[in-house]
Amino acid sequence: MELDKKLIGHEFAPFTAAVEAGKIKLFCKAIGEEDPIYSDEVAAKAAGYRGITAPLTFLRALQADDPNKGGLLRLLNVDIGLILHGEQHFEYYAPVVVGDVVTCQEKVVDIYDKKGGALWFVVQEMEMKDQAGKLLAKGRGVTVVRNPDAGKK
Amino acid sequence: MTTAPKFADVKVGDELKPLVLPPISRHQLALYCGGSGDHNPIHVDIDFAKKFGFKDVFAHGMLSMAFLGRLVTSWVPQKQVRGLGTRFTSITWVGDVITVSGKVTGKREKDGERLVDLEVKCTNQNGQDTLQGSATVALN
Repeated sequence: MELDKKLIGHEFAPFTAAVEAGKIKLFCKAIGEEDPIYSDEVAAKAAGYRGITAPLTFLRALQADDPNKGGLLRLLNVDIGLILHGEQHFEYYAPVVVGDVVTCQEKVVDIYDKKGGALWFVVQEMEMKDQAGKLLAKGRGVTVVRNPDAGKK
Repeated sequence: MTTAPKFADVKVGDELKPLVLPPISRHQLALYCGGSGDHNPIHVDIDFAKKFGFKDVFAHGMLSMAFLGRLVTSWVPQKQVRGLGTRFTSITWVGDVITVSGKVTGKREKDGERLVDLEVKCTNQNGQDTLQGSATVALN
């Protein structure tokens, strides 16, 4: 298996994701987060937020709203069982709140291998803007692909 | 609601109060599968995980990164968080007991904001780091 470095620079189609209270509620249950700014509009506004707030890493959950979800794997022709998450970084410009409609744009910025091709690394950058076009966050993620052919001669 | 410390009161080397989490359960991984929209079966379907060479299912990296976020927002309100990033350095298995810890590594000013840099990490019951990350927060 070898990944195609010509895919560096590939831009995925932008998509929009609506920030919904029910999704944040389930996300918070899963991560054990109980601060009321993530569930109660009155508490969130009292704390200085525009509304029920999305937790810091919920941004990655918004990316799951991509109608072309799994696009990276199809682009690379890689099975989902072979990938691991290598790195994730976010820069935050403004809190994301319930009612926001977020536009996400992702692109591939690097592809490289280590250990003689046993592991491949795909670096993606992402930008999220709100309905007014204001920048909310930037993301940078590294997906690790385990080469199923590694060790075979 | 979190009340932030003052920039002047924070010193390099200060440690955040660690977060010790309940053991990772299969139930939690199922909840995170639904809650995050990450439906990769490797985290919830042991047959699938074994087919790809793993002994069992394992936690989503982003579940642990959410724990880093919880630590940071237990120290400052979320609206003061400017950055959060991590490397996923080893796999978190079902049953692992994760401790989330953080300490101040730097203080600086940028674009008129007073910023504090933190090292944040997740460590398992064997003392092995599973996430090695960093965060930046703005303080008054």
